[in-house]
Amino acid sequence: MTHPVGAAIQFSRVSKSFGPVDALRQLDFEAPYGSITVLLGPNGAGKTTTVRLTTGALNADAGSISVLDLDPATGGTEIRSRCGIVPPKPAFYDELSGWDNLQFAARIFDASDAAAREAAERFDIAHALDQEVGGYSTGMRTRLALARSVIHDPEVLLLDEPTAGLDPESSRAVLELIRELAGKGRSVVLCTHLLHEAEGIADQVVLMDSGEARAVGPPLELAGRYMADPIVVFDAEDRAVLHQLETSSGVLRLSWNGSVQATLDDLDRLPDLVTDLVNAGARLTRVEPLRPSLEDLYFEMQRAHREAQ
Amino acid sequence: MNWHHVLTIVGTNLKRLYKSRDYWIPLTILASLFFVFIPLILLVLLSNSPTTPVLTQIGEVIGTLPDQVQNNIRGDSPGTRTAYAFAVYLLAPVAIIVPLTISSAVGANTIVGERERGTGEFLAHSPLTEQEIYIGKLIGSLIPGYLATIVGFALYSLIVNLVVGPQIGGWFFPTTGWWILIFWVVPPFIAMALSVVLRMSARVRSAAAAQQASTLVTLPIILLSYAVSTGLVYSQAASAFVVGLVAWILAYVGLRSGMKAVKRERLLGVASEA
Repeated sequence: MTHPVGAAIQFSRVSKSFGPVDALRQLDFEAPYGSITVLLGPNGAGKTTTVRLTTGALNADAGSISVLDLDPATGGTEIRSRCGIVPPKPAFYDELSGWDNLQFAARIFDASDAAAREAAERFDIAHALDQEVGGYSTGMRTRLALARSVIHDPEVLLLDEPTAGLDPESSRAVLELIRELAGKGRSVVLCTHLLHEAEGIADQVVLMDSGEARAVGPPLELAGRYMADPIVVFDAEDRAVLHQLETSSGVLRLSWNGSVQATLDDLDRLPDLVTDLVNAGARLTRVEPLRPSLEDLYFEMQRAHREAQ
Repeated sequence: MNWHHVLTIVGTNLKRLYKSRDYWIPLTILASLFFVFIPLILLVLLSNSPTTPVLTQIGEVIGTLPDQVQNNIRGDSPGTRTAYAFAVYLLAPVAIIVPLTISSAVGANTIVGERERGTGEFLAHSPLTEQEIYIGKLIGSLIPGYLATIVGFALYSLIVNLVVGPQIGGWFFPTTGWWILIFWVVPPFIAMALSVVLRMSARVRSAAAAQQASTLVTLPIILLSYAVSTGLVYSQAASAFVVGLVAWILAYVGLRSGMKAVKRERLLGVASEA
Protein backbone atom coordinates (compact mmCIF):
# COMPACT_ATOMS: atom_id res chain seq x y z
CA MET A 1 0.00 0.00 0.00
CA THR A 2 1.28 3.46 -0.81
CA HIS A 3 0.84 6.12 1.77
CA PRO A 4 1.53 9.81 2.05
CA VAL A 5 4.96 10.97 3.03
CA GLY A 6 5.24 12.71 6.37
CA ALA A 7 3.59 12.30 9.71
CA ALA A 8 0.33 10.45 10.29
CA ILE A 9 0.34 11.86 13.80
CA GLN A 10 2.08 15.03 14.84
CA PHE A 11 2.17 16.49 18.33
CA SER A 12 3.71 19.91 18.67
CA ARG A 13 4.28 21.35 22.15
CA VAL A 14 1.06 19.75 23.41
CA SER A 15 0.06 20.22 27.02
CA LYS A 16 -2.89 18.80 28.93
CA SER A 17 -3.78 19.11 32.59
CA PHE A 18 -6.44 17.53 34.76
CA GLY A 19 -6.94 20.01 37.56
CA PRO A 20 -3.57 20.41 39.26
CA VAL A 21 -2.05 17.39 37.51
CA ASP A 22 -0.03 18.00 34.35
CA ALA A 23 -0.65 14.92 32.24
CA LEU A 24 1.31 16.20 29.23
CA ARG A 25 3.93 18.92 29.19
CA GLN A 26 4.82 20.33 25.79
CA LEU A 27 4.89 16.91 24.18
CA ASP A 28 6.58 16.78 20.79
CA PHE A 29 6.69 13.77 18.52
CA GLU A 30 5.75 12.55 15.08
CA ALA A 31 4.55 9.12 14.01
CA PRO A 32 5.35 8.72 10.32
CA TYR A 33 2.87 7.10 7.96
CA GLY A 34 3.23 3.35 7.76
CA SER A 35 5.47 3.09 10.81
CA ILE A 36 5.30 1.49 14.22
CA THR A 37 5.79 4.07 16.93
CA VAL A 38 6.18 2.87 20.48
CA LEU A 39 5.27 5.20 23.33
CA LEU A 40 7.41 3.81 26.08
CA GLY A 41 7.19 4.90 29.65
CA PRO A 42 6.15 4.03 33.17
CA ASN A 43 2.57 4.24 34.42
CA GLY A 44 1.51 7.87 34.60
CA ALA A 45 3.89 8.95 31.85
CA GLY A 46 1.03 10.35 29.76
CA LYS A 47 0.69 7.59 27.18
CA THR A 48 -3.08 7.12 27.56
CA THR A 49 -3.68 10.86 27.49
CA THR A 50 -1.67 11.01 24.27
CA VAL A 51 -3.94 8.39 22.71
CA ARG A 52 -7.05 10.21 23.90
CA LEU A 53 -5.82 13.47 22.40
CA THR A 54 -4.96 11.71 19.16
CA THR A 55 -8.56 10.69 18.52
CA GLY A 56 -9.98 13.94 19.81
CA ALA A 57 -11.68 12.20 22.71
CA LEU A 58 -9.97 14.88 24.79
CA ASN A 59 -8.88 18.32 23.72
CA ALA A 60 -5.41 19.72 24.36
CA ASP A 61 -4.97 22.75 26.58
CA ALA A 62 -2.10 24.06 24.45
CA GLY A 63 -0.08 23.13 21.41
CA SER A 64 -1.20 21.66 18.12
CA ILE A 65 -2.06 18.16 17.00
CA SER A 66 -2.43 16.83 13.49
CA VAL A 67 -3.76 13.36 12.76
CA LEU A 68 -4.09 12.24 9.14
CA ASP A 69 -3.72 15.92 8.29
CA LEU A 70 -6.76 16.81 10.41
CA ASP A 71 -7.08 18.67 13.68
CA PRO A 72 -8.73 16.38 16.27
CA ALA A 73 -10.43 19.36 17.90
CA THR A 74 -12.41 20.10 14.73
CA GLY A 75 -12.14 16.94 12.64
CA GLY A 76 -12.45 14.45 15.47
CA THR A 77 -15.37 12.56 13.99
CA GLU A 78 -13.51 11.82 10.77
CA ILE A 79 -10.29 10.96 12.61
CA ARG A 80 -12.12 8.55 14.87
CA SER A 81 -13.75 6.86 11.90
CA ARG A 82 -10.26 6.25 10.45
CA CYS A 83 -8.62 5.10 13.69
CA GLY A 84 -8.86 1.82 15.51
CA ILE A 85 -8.18 1.60 19.21
CA VAL A 86 -7.51 -1.11 21.74
CA PRO A 87 -7.83 0.41 25.21
CA PRO A 88 -5.83 -0.84 28.18
CA LYS A 89 -8.76 -2.72 29.69
CA PRO A 90 -11.10 -3.58 26.83
CA ALA A 91 -14.68 -3.21 28.01
CA PHE A 92 -17.80 -4.65 26.44
CA TYR A 93 -21.47 -5.05 27.17
CA ASP A 94 -21.01 -8.18 29.21
CA GLU A 95 -24.64 -9.25 29.09
CA LEU A 96 -24.51 -9.37 25.28
CA SER A 97 -22.78 -11.93 23.12
CA GLY A 98 -19.46 -11.38 21.41
CA TRP A 99 -21.31 -11.11 18.12
CA ASP A 100 -23.71 -8.48 19.48
CA ASN A 101 -20.73 -6.42 20.61
CA LEU A 102 -18.92 -6.78 17.31
CA GLN A 103 -22.04 -5.96 15.35
CA PHE A 104 -22.57 -2.86 17.48
CA ALA A 105 -19.06 -1.68 16.62
CA ALA A 106 -19.51 -2.57 12.95
CA ARG A 107 -22.63 -0.45 12.70
CA ILE A 108 -21.05 2.47 14.46
CA PHE A 109 -18.03 2.35 12.16
CA ASP A 110 -20.26 1.76 9.13
CA ALA A 111 -18.63 -1.60 8.49
CA SER A 112 -20.41 -4.70 7.24
CA ASP A 113 -21.34 -7.80 9.22
CA ALA A 114 -19.03 -9.73 6.91
CA ALA A 115 -16.14 -7.51 7.99
CA ALA A 116 -17.02 -8.18 11.62
CA ARG A 117 -17.08 -11.93 11.02
CA GLU A 118 -13.78 -11.77 9.17
CA ALA A 119 -12.14 -9.79 11.98
CA ALA A 120 -13.37 -12.35 14.52
CA GLU A 121 -11.93 -15.20 12.49
CA ARG A 122 -8.66 -13.36 12.10
CA PHE A 123 -8.22 -13.25 15.88
CA ASP A 124 -9.53 -16.72 16.50
CA ILE A 125 -12.56 -15.64 18.48
CA ALA A 126 -15.26 -16.57 15.95
CA HIS A 127 -16.01 -19.83 17.78
CA ALA A 128 -17.07 -17.93 20.92
CA LEU A 129 -19.17 -15.21 19.34
CA ASP A 130 -22.44 -16.73 20.52
CA GLN A 131 -21.34 -16.66 24.16
CA GLU A 132 -21.98 -13.74 26.50
CA VAL A 133 -18.85 -11.62 26.84
CA GLY A 134 -19.25 -11.72 30.62
CA GLY A 135 -18.02 -15.30 30.48
CA TYR A 136 -14.93 -14.53 28.38
CA SER A 137 -11.39 -14.92 29.71
CA THR A 138 -9.01 -11.95 29.62
CA GLY A 139 -7.38 -13.35 26.50
CA MET A 140 -10.71 -13.77 24.73
CA ARG A 141 -11.71 -10.22 25.62
CA THR A 142 -8.48 -8.91 24.17
CA ARG A 143 -8.96 -10.93 21.00
CA LEU A 144 -12.45 -9.49 20.70
CA ALA A 145 -11.08 -5.99 21.29
CA LEU A 146 -8.48 -6.56 18.59
CA ALA A 147 -11.17 -7.74 16.19
CA ARG A 148 -13.27 -4.71 17.07
CA SER A 149 -10.35 -2.36 16.45
CA VAL A 150 -9.75 -3.47 12.85
CA ILE A 151 -13.35 -4.05 11.81
CA HIS A 152 -13.31 -0.90 9.64
CA ASP A 153 -9.76 -1.36 8.30
CA PRO A 154 -8.36 1.70 10.09
CA GLU A 155 -5.51 3.78 8.76
CA VAL A 156 -4.14 4.39 12.24
CA LEU A 157 -4.19 1.82 15.00
CA LEU A 158 -3.70 2.90 18.59
CA LEU A 159 -2.94 0.15 21.05
CA ASP A 160 -2.79 1.19 24.68
CA GLU A 161 -1.09 -1.48 26.79
CA PRO A 162 -2.79 -4.15 24.68
CA THR A 163 -1.01 -7.12 26.21
CA ALA A 164 -1.61 -6.26 29.86
CA GLY A 165 -2.62 -9.44 31.67
CA LEU A 166 -2.49 -11.55 28.53
CA ASP A 167 -1.22 -15.05 28.06
CA PRO A 168 1.79 -15.45 25.73
CA GLU A 169 -0.37 -16.69 22.87
CA SER A 170 -2.62 -13.66 22.93
CA SER A 171 0.38 -11.34 23.36
CA ARG A 172 1.87 -12.82 20.25
CA ALA A 173 -1.38 -12.27 18.37
CA VAL A 174 -1.17 -8.58 19.27
CA LEU A 175 2.41 -8.28 18.06
CA GLU A 176 1.56 -10.15 14.87
CA LEU A 177 -1.28 -7.73 14.25
CA ILE A 178 1.06 -4.80 14.67
CA ARG A 179 3.58 -6.21 12.22
CA GLU A 180 0.88 -7.17 9.75
CA LEU A 181 -0.76 -3.77 9.77
CA ALA A 182 2.54 -1.94 9.48
CA GLY A 183 3.38 -4.23 6.58
CA LYS A 184 0.21 -3.04 4.88
CA GLY A 185 1.23 0.57 5.31
CA ARG A 186 -0.91 1.32 8.34
CA SER A 187 0.42 3.59 11.06
CA VAL A 188 0.57 1.95 14.45
CA VAL A 189 1.09 3.54 17.84
CA LEU A 190 1.78 1.12 20.65
CA CYS A 191 1.76 2.33 24.24
CA THR A 192 3.58 0.09 26.62
CA HIS A 193 5.72 -0.04 29.69
CA LEU A 194 6.95 -3.50 28.70
CA LEU A 195 10.30 -3.04 27.07
CA HIS A 196 10.52 -6.52 25.61
CA GLU A 197 7.22 -5.91 23.85
CA ALA A 198 8.60 -2.99 21.91
CA GLU A 199 11.87 -4.71 21.20
CA GLY A 200 12.21 -5.63 17.60
CA ILE A 201 9.02 -4.06 16.30
CA ALA A 202 9.51 -0.36 16.93
CA ASP A 203 10.45 1.79 13.98
CA GLN A 204 10.48 4.66 16.37
CA VAL A 205 10.51 4.98 20.13
CA VAL A 206 9.10 7.88 22.12
CA LEU A 207 10.42 7.60 25.63
CA MET A 208 7.90 9.33 27.87
CA ASP A 209 8.08 10.30 31.48
CA SER A 210 5.99 12.75 33.51
CA GLY A 211 4.13 13.88 30.40
CA GLU A 212 7.26 14.71 28.42
CA ALA A 213 9.03 13.05 25.53
CA ARG A 214 12.49 12.44 26.90
CA ALA A 215 13.80 11.01 23.67
CA VAL A 216 12.38 10.32 20.23
CA GLY A 217 13.90 8.34 17.39
CA PRO A 218 14.56 4.93 15.90
CA PRO A 219 15.97 2.47 18.48
CA LEU A 220 19.34 2.19 16.74
CA GLU A 221 19.70 5.92 16.47
CA LEU A 222 18.82 6.31 20.14
CA ALA A 223 21.27 3.56 21.01
CA GLY A 224 23.96 5.45 19.14
CA ARG A 225 22.98 8.64 20.92
CA TYR A 226 22.70 7.30 24.44
CA MET A 227 24.88 4.18 24.29
CA ALA A 228 27.69 5.22 21.99
CA ASP A 229 30.27 3.19 23.88
CA PRO A 230 30.27 -0.48 22.95
CA ILE A 231 29.57 -3.13 25.58
CA VAL A 232 31.14 -6.57 25.60
CA VAL A 233 30.10 -9.48 27.79
CA PHE A 234 32.89 -11.63 29.21
CA ASP A 235 32.64 -14.88 31.13
CA ALA A 236 35.21 -17.43 32.18
CA GLU A 237 35.52 -20.70 34.09
CA ASP A 238 37.32 -18.82 36.85
CA ARG A 239 35.62 -15.45 37.02
CA ALA A 240 38.16 -14.05 39.46
CA VAL A 241 40.60 -13.53 36.66
CA LEU A 242 38.12 -11.19 34.96
CA HIS A 243 38.89 -8.61 37.65
CA GLN A 244 41.94 -7.89 35.53
CA LEU A 245 39.64 -5.93 33.23
CA GLU A 246 39.23 -3.28 35.92
CA THR A 247 42.74 -2.03 35.18
CA SER A 248 42.84 -2.72 31.45
CA SER A 249 43.20 0.31 29.22
CA GLY A 250 40.15 1.23 27.17
CA VAL A 251 37.65 -0.22 29.69
CA LEU A 252 35.39 2.57 30.87
CA ARG A 253 33.03 0.68 33.16
CA LEU A 254 32.45 -2.81 34.45
CA SER A 255 29.23 -4.24 35.74
CA TRP A 256 28.99 -7.66 37.34
CA ASN A 257 25.82 -9.59 36.82
CA GLY A 258 26.93 -13.22 36.82
CA SER A 259 29.01 -12.49 33.76
CA VAL A 260 30.87 -9.21 33.28
CA GLN A 261 29.68 -6.39 31.06
CA ALA A 262 32.54 -4.15 30.06
CA THR A 263 31.93 -0.77 28.47
CA LEU A 264 34.80 0.01 26.11
CA ASP A 265 35.91 3.24 24.52
CA ASP A 266 36.42 1.40 21.23
CA LEU A 267 35.48 -2.07 20.03
CA ASP A 268 38.94 -2.36 18.40
CA ARG A 269 40.31 -2.90 21.91
CA LEU A 270 38.68 -6.31 22.09
CA PRO A 271 41.48 -8.49 20.56
CA ASP A 272 44.03 -7.04 22.98
CA LEU A 273 41.76 -7.53 25.96
CA VAL A 274 41.11 -11.15 25.04
CA THR A 275 44.86 -11.78 24.58
CA ASP A 276 45.66 -10.25 27.96
CA LEU A 277 43.03 -12.35 29.70
CA VAL A 278 44.22 -15.56 28.05
CA ASN A 279 47.83 -14.76 28.95
CA ALA A 280 46.68 -14.27 32.54
CA GLY A 281 45.39 -17.84 32.49
CA ALA A 282 41.70 -17.17 31.87
CA ARG A 283 39.74 -19.93 30.13
CA LEU A 284 37.10 -17.72 28.50
CA THR A 285 33.64 -19.19 27.94
CA ARG A 286 32.01 -16.11 26.47
CA VAL A 287 33.15 -13.01 24.64
CA GLU A 288 30.18 -11.30 23.02
CA PRO A 289 29.71 -7.73 21.85
CA LEU A 290 26.34 -6.71 23.21
CA ARG A 291 23.73 -5.12 21.04
CA PRO A 292 21.90 -2.87 23.50
CA SER A 293 18.35 -3.91 24.14
CA LEU A 294 15.53 -1.44 24.43
CA GLU A 295 15.66 -2.08 28.13
CA ASP A 296 19.34 -1.09 28.25
CA LEU A 297 18.47 1.93 26.19
CA TYR A 298 15.55 2.86 28.42
CA PHE A 299 17.55 2.77 31.61
CA GLU A 300 20.49 4.52 30.00
CA MET A 301 18.24 7.31 28.82
CA GLN A 302 16.69 7.59 32.26
CA ARG A 303 20.16 7.72 33.79
CA ALA A 304 21.27 10.37 31.30
CA HIS A 305 18.19 12.43 32.03
CA ARG A 306 18.75 12.26 35.77
CA GLU A 307 22.37 13.30 35.32
CA ALA A 308 21.31 16.18 33.09
CA GLN A 309 18.94 17.40 35.80
CA MET B 1 -27.07 13.54 12.81
CA ASN B 2 -26.71 9.95 11.62
CA TRP B 3 -29.97 8.17 12.53
CA HIS B 4 -28.46 4.82 11.70
CA HIS B 5 -25.99 5.39 14.57
CA VAL B 6 -28.78 6.55 16.89
CA LEU B 7 -30.88 3.48 16.17
CA THR B 8 -27.84 1.27 16.76
CA ILE B 9 -27.46 2.74 20.25
CA VAL B 10 -31.18 2.40 20.91
CA GLY B 11 -31.24 -1.22 19.74
CA THR B 12 -28.20 -2.17 21.80
CA ASN B 13 -29.60 -0.45 24.90
CA LEU B 14 -32.91 -2.28 24.57
CA LYS B 15 -31.20 -5.59 23.95
CA ARG B 16 -29.07 -5.11 27.06
CA LEU B 17 -32.14 -4.25 29.09
CA TYR B 18 -33.93 -7.35 27.82
CA LYS B 19 -30.94 -9.50 28.83
CA SER B 20 -30.81 -7.93 32.31
CA ARG B 21 -33.71 -9.69 33.94
CA ASP B 22 -32.74 -8.45 37.39
CA TYR B 23 -33.45 -5.01 36.08
CA TRP B 24 -36.63 -5.32 34.09
CA ILE B 25 -38.53 -7.88 36.15
CA PRO B 26 -39.04 -5.50 39.12
CA LEU B 27 -40.07 -2.76 36.71
CA THR B 28 -42.57 -5.07 35.06
CA ILE B 29 -43.94 -6.02 38.46
CA LEU B 30 -44.30 -2.34 39.29
CA ALA B 31 -46.21 -1.67 36.07
CA SER B 32 -48.41 -4.73 36.58
CA LEU B 33 -49.18 -3.69 40.11
CA PHE B 34 -50.35 -0.21 39.14
CA PHE B 35 -52.03 -0.99 35.84
CA VAL B 36 -53.49 -4.42 36.54
CA PHE B 37 -53.61 -5.75 40.08
CA ILE B 38 -54.54 -2.69 42.12
CA PRO B 39 -57.23 -1.49 39.65
CA LEU B 40 -58.57 -5.01 39.27
CA ILE B 41 -58.94 -5.56 43.01
CA LEU B 42 -60.35 -2.09 43.64
CA LEU B 43 -62.84 -2.16 40.79
CA VAL B 44 -64.07 -5.67 41.53
CA LEU B 45 -64.57 -4.79 45.19
CA LEU B 46 -66.31 -1.52 44.45
CA SER B 47 -68.53 -2.87 41.68
CA ASN B 48 -69.73 -5.80 43.69
CA SER B 49 -70.04 -4.27 47.12
CA PRO B 50 -73.35 -3.46 48.69
CA THR B 51 -73.63 -0.02 50.24
CA THR B 52 -71.08 0.22 53.01
CA PRO B 53 -69.74 3.06 55.16
CA VAL B 54 -66.61 3.07 52.99
CA LEU B 55 -68.60 3.49 49.82
CA THR B 56 -70.58 6.24 51.46
CA GLN B 57 -67.38 8.04 52.39
CA ILE B 58 -65.98 7.67 48.87
CA GLY B 59 -69.31 8.89 47.53
CA GLU B 60 -68.92 12.00 49.67
CA VAL B 61 -65.46 12.58 48.14
CA ILE B 62 -66.88 12.18 44.66
CA GLY B 63 -69.57 14.63 45.66
CA THR B 64 -66.90 17.28 46.02
CA LEU B 65 -65.88 16.94 42.35
CA PRO B 66 -67.06 19.62 39.90
CA ASP B 67 -70.65 19.34 38.77
CA GLN B 68 -69.59 18.75 35.18
CA VAL B 69 -67.53 15.76 36.30
CA GLN B 70 -70.30 14.44 38.53
CA ASN B 71 -72.73 14.64 35.63
CA ASN B 72 -70.40 12.46 33.57
CA ILE B 73 -70.19 9.72 36.17
CA ARG B 74 -72.29 6.84 35.01
CA GLY B 75 -73.99 4.02 36.87
CA ASP B 76 -77.11 3.40 38.87
CA SER B 77 -75.81 2.06 42.15
CA PRO B 78 -73.37 3.87 44.45
CA GLY B 79 -70.89 1.00 43.94
CA THR B 80 -71.00 1.29 40.15
CA ARG B 81 -70.72 5.07 40.25
CA THR B 82 -67.75 4.85 42.59
CA ALA B 83 -66.08 2.21 40.41
CA TYR B 84 -66.65 4.40 37.35
CA ALA B 85 -65.21 7.45 39.09
CA PHE B 86 -62.17 5.45 40.19
CA ALA B 87 -61.58 3.99 36.76
CA VAL B 88 -61.94 7.19 34.79
CA TYR B 89 -60.78 9.92 37.16
CA LEU B 90 -58.96 8.77 40.24
CA LEU B 91 -56.53 6.27 38.74
CA ALA B 92 -55.35 8.58 35.96
CA PRO B 93 -52.03 9.50 37.65
CA VAL B 94 -50.98 5.86 37.43
CA ALA B 95 -50.66 6.30 33.70
CA ILE B 96 -47.98 8.90 34.15
CA ILE B 97 -46.19 7.74 37.29
CA VAL B 98 -45.40 4.29 35.94
CA PRO B 99 -43.59 5.39 32.76
CA LEU B 100 -41.77 8.16 34.59
CA THR B 101 -40.53 5.71 37.20
CA ILE B 102 -39.43 3.10 34.66
CA SER B 103 -37.79 5.52 32.24
CA SER B 104 -36.03 7.35 35.05
CA ALA B 105 -34.69 4.09 36.45
CA VAL B 106 -33.37 3.07 33.04
CA GLY B 107 -32.08 6.52 32.14
CA ALA B 108 -30.27 7.12 35.41
CA ASN B 109 -27.86 4.30 34.71
CA THR B 110 -27.46 4.80 31.02
CA ILE B 111 -24.54 7.22 30.72
CA VAL B 112 -22.79 6.78 34.05
CA GLY B 113 -23.09 3.04 33.43
CA GLU B 114 -21.00 3.39 30.28
CA ARG B 115 -18.32 5.07 32.33
CA GLU B 116 -18.46 2.55 35.16
CA ARG B 117 -18.22 -0.44 32.82
CA GLY B 118 -15.47 1.16 30.76
CA THR B 119 -17.53 0.97 27.57
CA GLY B 120 -17.56 4.78 27.60
CA GLU B 121 -13.97 4.59 26.38
CA PHE B 122 -15.12 2.84 23.22
CA LEU B 123 -17.90 5.37 22.67
CA ALA B 124 -15.52 8.27 23.26
CA HIS B 125 -13.11 6.99 20.62
CA SER B 126 -15.89 6.14 18.17
CA PRO B 127 -17.13 8.37 15.35
CA LEU B 128 -20.42 8.83 17.18
CA THR B 129 -21.20 12.46 17.92
CA GLU B 130 -22.19 13.47 21.43
CA GLN B 131 -25.61 14.38 20.05
CA GLU B 132 -26.10 10.89 18.61
CA ILE B 133 -25.09 9.31 21.91
CA TYR B 134 -27.50 11.55 23.82
CA ILE B 135 -30.45 10.99 21.50
CA GLY B 136 -29.76 7.25 21.39
CA LYS B 137 -29.67 7.06 25.18
CA LEU B 138 -32.80 9.20 25.44
CA ILE B 139 -34.86 7.07 23.09
CA GLY B 140 -33.45 3.90 24.61
CA SER B 141 -34.64 5.04 28.03
CA LEU B 142 -37.97 6.41 26.85
CA ILE B 143 -39.11 3.30 25.03
CA PRO B 144 -39.21 0.90 28.03
CA GLY B 145 -41.31 3.29 30.10
CA TYR B 146 -43.65 4.21 27.29
CA LEU B 147 -43.98 0.63 26.11
CA ALA B 148 -44.94 -0.38 29.64
CA THR B 149 -47.52 2.41 29.59
CA ILE B 150 -49.06 1.35 26.29
CA VAL B 151 -49.27 -2.31 27.31
CA GLY B 152 -50.47 -1.35 30.79
CA PHE B 153 -53.03 1.02 29.32
CA ALA B 154 -54.39 -1.70 27.06
CA LEU B 155 -54.68 -4.12 29.98
CA TYR B 156 -56.19 -1.44 32.20
CA SER B 157 -58.76 -0.62 29.52
CA LEU B 158 -59.66 -4.27 29.26
CA ILE B 159 -60.06 -4.63 33.02
CA VAL B 160 -62.18 -1.49 33.34
CA ASN B 161 -64.47 -2.53 30.49
CA LEU B 162 -64.81 -6.08 31.74
CA VAL B 163 -65.41 -5.18 35.36
CA VAL B 164 -67.33 -1.91 35.22
CA GLY B 165 -68.64 -2.01 31.63
CA PRO B 166 -71.42 -4.58 32.08
CA GLN B 167 -72.96 -2.49 34.85
CA ILE B 168 -73.22 0.68 32.78
CA GLY B 169 -74.35 -0.77 29.51
CA GLY B 170 -71.19 -1.81 27.67
CA TRP B 171 -67.61 -0.89 26.96
CA PHE B 172 -66.89 2.77 27.59
CA PHE B 173 -63.16 3.04 28.21
CA PRO B 174 -60.83 4.77 27.21
CA THR B 175 -62.53 8.12 27.37
CA THR B 176 -61.31 11.07 25.28
CA GLY B 177 -59.36 12.45 28.22
CA TRP B 178 -57.44 9.21 28.60
CA TRP B 179 -56.59 9.02 24.90
CA ILE B 180 -55.11 12.51 25.06
CA LEU B 181 -53.34 11.73 28.31
CA ILE B 182 -51.66 8.59 27.03
CA PHE B 183 -50.69 9.68 23.54
CA TRP B 184 -50.21 13.41 23.87
CA VAL B 185 -49.34 14.27 27.47
CA VAL B 186 -47.41 11.29 28.82
CA PRO B 187 -44.60 11.28 26.18
CA PRO B 188 -43.44 14.87 26.83
CA PHE B 189 -43.55 14.31 30.58
CA ILE B 190 -41.29 11.28 30.19
CA ALA B 191 -39.00 13.33 27.97
CA MET B 192 -38.94 16.16 30.52
CA ALA B 193 -37.99 13.77 33.30
CA LEU B 194 -35.35 12.15 31.11
CA SER B 195 -33.83 15.51 30.19
CA VAL B 196 -33.05 15.92 33.87
CA VAL B 197 -32.15 12.30 34.55
CA LEU B 198 -29.71 12.03 31.63
CA ARG B 199 -28.05 15.22 32.71
CA MET B 200 -27.56 13.71 36.16
CA SER B 201 -26.37 10.45 34.65
CA ALA B 202 -23.71 12.25 32.64
CA ARG B 203 -22.43 14.22 35.61
CA VAL B 204 -22.43 11.95 38.65
CA ARG B 205 -19.66 9.53 39.53
CA SER B 206 -21.58 6.30 40.05
CA ALA B 207 -24.77 4.56 39.00
CA ALA B 208 -25.91 4.44 42.62
CA ALA B 209 -25.51 8.21 42.92
CA ALA B 210 -27.37 8.64 39.63
CA GLN B 211 -30.31 6.59 40.90
CA GLN B 212 -30.54 8.59 44.12
CA ALA B 213 -30.12 11.93 42.42
CA SER B 214 -32.62 11.15 39.70
CA THR B 215 -35.21 10.11 42.26
CA LEU B 216 -34.88 13.43 44.01
CA VAL B 217 -34.78 15.48 40.84
CA THR B 218 -37.71 13.77 39.15
CA LEU B 219 -39.92 13.88 42.24
CA PRO B 220 -41.20 17.41 41.46
CA ILE B 221 -41.93 16.34 37.87
CA ILE B 222 -43.82 13.31 39.14
CA LEU B 223 -45.84 15.47 41.52
CA LEU B 224 -46.54 17.96 38.76
CA SER B 225 -47.56 15.22 36.37
CA TYR B 226 -49.79 13.71 39.07
CA ALA B 227 -51.63 16.99 39.40
CA VAL B 228 -51.77 17.57 35.66
CA SER B 229 -53.03 14.10 34.84
CA THR B 230 -55.72 14.28 37.49
CA GLY B 231 -56.85 17.67 36.25
CA LEU B 232 -56.72 16.70 32.61
CA VAL B 233 -59.22 13.90 32.76
CA TYR B 234 -61.68 16.27 34.43
CA SER B 235 -61.18 18.99 31.86
CA GLN B 236 -62.13 19.64 28.27
CA ALA B 237 -60.13 18.01 25.49
CA ALA B 238 -58.93 21.40 24.26
CA SER B 239 -57.34 22.36 27.53
CA ALA B 240 -55.73 18.92 27.79
CA PHE B 241 -54.31 19.47 24.34
CA VAL B 242 -52.87 22.83 25.40
CA VAL B 243 -51.30 21.34 28.50
CA GLY B 244 -49.72 18.65 26.34
CA LEU B 245 -48.40 21.29 23.96
CA VAL B 246 -46.79 23.23 26.79
CA ALA B 247 -45.27 19.99 28.07
CA TRP B 248 -43.83 19.27 24.62
CA ILE B 249 -42.26 22.73 24.47
CA LEU B 250 -40.76 22.38 27.94
CA ALA B 251 -39.49 18.92 27.07
CA TYR B 252 -37.85 20.23 23.90
CA VAL B 253 -36.11 23.02 25.79
CA GLY B 254 -34.99 20.62 28.50
CA LEU B 255 -33.66 18.10 26.02
CA ARG B 256 -31.83 20.73 23.95
CA SER B 257 -30.00 22.05 26.98
CA GLY B 258 -29.48 18.57 28.44
CA MET B 259 -27.69 17.50 25.27
CA LYS B 260 -24.65 19.48 26.33
CA ALA B 261 -24.21 17.25 29.36
CA VAL B 262 -22.84 14.40 27.25
CA LYS B 263 -19.15 15.03 26.73
CA ARG B 264 -16.42 12.68 25.70
CA GLU B 265 -14.33 13.43 28.78
CA ARG B 266 -17.29 12.43 30.92
CA LEU B 267 -17.59 9.14 29.07
CA LEU B 268 -13.91 8.61 29.85
CA GLY B 269 -14.41 9.68 33.46
CA VAL B 270 -11.77 12.39 33.37
CA ALA B 271 -13.95 15.50 33.44
CA SER B 272 -12.67 17.67 36.23
CA GLU B 273 -16.11 19.10 36.83
CA ALA B 274 -17.82 15.70 36.93
